[in-house]
Amino acid sequence: MANDAEVLVVGGGSTGTGIARDLALRGVDVTLVEKGNLTHGTTGRMHGLLHSGGRYAVSDQASATECIEENRVLRDIASHCVEMTGGQFVQLEGDSDDYFEEKLRGCRECGIPAEVLTAKEARDQEPYLTKDVKRAISVPDGAIDPFRLCVANAADAEMHGARIETHAEVTDVLVDENDVVGVEVRHESGPGKRNHARPGTKEEIRADYVVNATGAWAGQLGEMAGVDIEVRPSKGVMVVMNCRQVDTVINHCRPKGDADIIVPHEVTAILGTTDEEVSDPENYPEEGWEVDMMIDQLSKLVPILRDSRTVRSFWGVRPLYEPPGTGTTDPTDITRDFFLLDHEERDGLTGLTSIVGGKFTTYRAMAEQISDHVCDQLGVRGRCRTADEPLPGSDDFSILRDYMDEFGIRSPIGRRSVQRLGSRADDVLKTDGPNPVLCECEAVTQSEIQDAIDGSGTDLNAVRIRTRASMGNCQGGICCHRMANELHPEHDEPTAREALDELFQERWKGERHALWGEQLSQAALNYALHATTMNRDAPEANGGQDAETDTIDFSAFDAGRNGKGVVDGDGGINGD
Amino acid sequence: MAIEDDVVVIGGGLAGMTTALSAAREGSRVRLLSHKESTLRFASGLIDVLGYVEGEIVSNPFETISALPDEHPYQKVGEDGVRAGLALFDSVADYAGDHTDRNALVPTFGGRIKPTARYPKHTAPGLASDERDTLLVGFETVVDFDAPVAAEHLRETVPFDVRGVTLSFPGEFRTDAKITRLAHALDKNERVEIGSSENVSQSEPVRIALAEKIKPHLGDAERIGFPAMLGEDHPEDVRATLERKLDVEVFEIPMGPPSLPGMRLEAQFESALKEAGVRITTGNPVVDFESGDNGEISAVVVERNGAAIPFHGEQFVLATGGLVGKGIDSDREGVREPIFDCRVPAPEDRYEWSEDGAFDNHAFARFGVQVDDELRPLDSAGEPEFENLRAVGGVLGNCDVSAEKSASGVSLSTGTVAGRKASDEVNP
Repeated sequence: MANDAEVLVVGGGSTGTGIARDLALRGVDVTLVEKGNLTHGTTGRMHGLLHSGGRYAVSDQASATECIEENRVLRDIASHCVEMTGGQFVQLEGDSDDYFEEKLRGCRECGIPAEVLTAKEARDQEPYLTKDVKRAISVPDGAIDPFRLCVANAADAEMHGARIETHAEVTDVLVDENDVVGVEVRHESGPGKRNHARPGTKEEIRADYVVNATGAWAGQLGEMAGVDIEVRPSKGVMVVMNCRQVDTVINHCRPKGDADIIVPHEVTAILGTTDEEVSDPENYPEEGWEVDMMIDQLSKLVPILRDSRTVRSFWGVRPLYEPPGTGTTDPTDITRDFFLLDHEERDGLTGLTSIVGGKFTTYRAMAEQISDHVCDQLGVRGRCRTADEPLPGSDDFSILRDYMDEFGIRSPIGRRSVQRLGSRADDVLKTDGPNPVLCECEAVTQSEIQDAIDGSGTDLNAVRIRTRASMGNCQGGICCHRMANELHPEHDEPTAREALDELFQERWKGERHALWGEQLSQAALNYALHATTMNRDAPEANGGQDAETDTIDFSAFDAGRNGKGVVDGDGGINGD
Repeated sequence: MAIEDDVVVIGGGLAGMTTALSAAREGSRVRLLSHKESTLRFASGLIDVLGYVEGEIVSNPFETISALPDEHPYQKVGEDGVRAGLALFDSVADYAGDHTDRNALVPTFGGRIKPTARYPKHTAPGLASDERDTLLVGFETVVDFDAPVAAEHLRETVPFDVRGVTLSFPGEFRTDAKITRLAHALDKNERVEIGSSENVSQSEPVRIALAEKIKPHLGDAERIGFPAMLGEDHPEDVRATLERKLDVEVFEIPMGPPSLPGMRLEAQFESALKEAGVRITTGNPVVDFESGDNGEISAVVVERNGAAIPFHGEQFVLATGGLVGKGIDSDREGVREPIFDCRVPAPEDRYEWSEDGAFDNHAFARFGVQVDDELRPLDSAGEPEFENLRAVGGVLGNCDVSAEKSASGVSLSTGTVAGRKASDEVNP
């Protein structure tokens, strides 16, 4: 029986999509399956830092060197996903001088451009830094949009023949004697684009080779194949601010510690993070004190954070791994290196390799090494092209043109759309009809939403991560229903309604970690708008298709002064 | 000379305006202090009194009020208070629904129907208990209201046929023109381009052009629903023209912010306040108060360009709204009422302020000051914080007005009663 693919990649994060793209560019027939939407696991739950390598310049110089190299590559091939903000490693009064010198030396040894800033220079660049700044090291840290990057990788893989299947969870690994021959997946909502039409259908996908790129979930997939993979998932919290208190990445220059980085990301700043081992990558506590600690600690670096508005918080799990027997107890000591586990070598099981550990910034280099390995196994000869070929959206994207007139949208909105879309701006924004703004906080227009729906179907969370719509101050209160309306008439009204409910709940969940002050006021407004003005909370409005007609006795209500058309009941007229 | 009034009302929303009007009509000299734009701009403009109790839809609020918990503001003012609030409202606003105690069911822009006690005359022909077939009309650039989606959902619910159609609004308006801009064009019946023939452009009044666009879609519909944007200053004229040209009844579906029905209602209250002689001071926040003898409030302090200006009075009414209107404030440590520091009970753990589901039974929705039967805020010992301070509307706790659909009713009834009580203290 012919196989469905040469290589099946499990996992739609940066590693998985990176591998799929690499292999597809080499001419390999690839299928990628992901249980949620792209970036559903770890990749979508990071702070969006493009490392300069400065962070590892003391503790792990090999990683640091690799980071600065990949940093340069990504600026080249993913320019529309990267914002080169620059970064500072800030020394406060009382922080170790020796460590500062060691950091500076380390950066230079690893080829990371690093300059010392005086306290005044550091504060000139970042006026909200505390007056306790002693000095800082300036490095080429940046911000990167992991969603956009993964989507671009997946899109390019597709353009080169790959099949990308989201909302397809692996339910079994197919093993023939000692050979992995494929997987069984359950489609949460049918093949291809999500359409809710055929949830629960199963499919066997057979392949010559399977790559387990599920990160923190690698152990669970390994179990299905009968091999033991000891990943050590470690959680970290991130707090999203409502605006950019800083324009460069601010790191606290000290050996290690929780809550020591602020990353400006689009119009927000993201505070991170913690590092705490958890037993299950899916279920772990998300606790308020973690949020408080971020704000309290990082306001020592940037004092205005203490009274600033936070819009939500989220947690991610790192797929940490260390070879059996290393015995590290503190997860912050576990290496950030990645490991390629060839299960033939390791367990005598052919046809399967797992990837564990690793860092987002070096995802491409990692994918290259893994693809080399897979090609070796398959006897395929193909050169890796991912370091040279721009991702879709980043080709010929050098000048921001004045899109205000060209697309009939106002300047700041046009600029932001074009930044998000890169060289795809023409394709997406040129439309015959009007192109109104649907998400005012993040300046996302209708045509961008429609483009995202083309790519991801009715999953509005996937639309959200492609466009940033519903991710601003209002956390979707003003725009979720507008996004859902865009699904109609291609999809029917109940589908649009269900998609709206799902997105609204997802936004609510993260916002709960920021419910005080301005954001609580916003939440109360969102609640009032959706419950009072739209009556979306009405019990009979959510009870399924027939619930409303079954429960409401229309004749018991006011039919107007003339009561036109009401068959029975007197309308309760008093007096008149 | 010091500024001196009988009754000082803090807050310019529906509750504050109602209070001021009620006190002034009782003969008091009233000052209304309003900081920012009223939250009526954010509200639908419908007057909900009580739409749901414990998840059950309510057809007659007056038969249901007695089932509410003792701490509910309606229990403080009683059924008489609620009726008094509506009577005051009816004397001010050009609304419908006063012919019956029953709730009306009004289509919302989300395609649901909502029980409400009073509704603008422009909304009246759209009631869901009226069985005439309906056409909903939306516009490409008015993105909050998708007429076909709303119609499809309504059709599952209501006992008549509903269709929806999306049209382009006539004329060359910017894609991101606010609905207030379109409403003004309809108010003035501006001429708009409707195409050209032989290089001569043709124009028509916008109301006519709009009616012409709709005609081909009318079918059997006996009424047409629009998003609430049919004029701000002359909505009756706009509606009358459309009805005449289309020969069917025309109604509006209440919308979110900016809400034209809310703004029209505000204008009606403003003229009533003016007529009643209420003195209004706007644009600056009340930030503090001054105590007199016996610990009573002698003045509230308005901050204006850095200067602190006291407004003296005999009686004070707090109508600053809830979390949305910033009458209730919070930080990571707790919840408070910022002007008088009245007690606002809240769970110590802020994760208990809300629940997992967006529409679950949230504690924050009930945040507010606690009051006695005189509507005076109470301290932790259950004693009035001040003898001469009352609280009304959204700043009151113990009711989730969004879930109950009771926001306007609470504002009207407590405002009317508190205004009267405050006035009685000054002019017994």
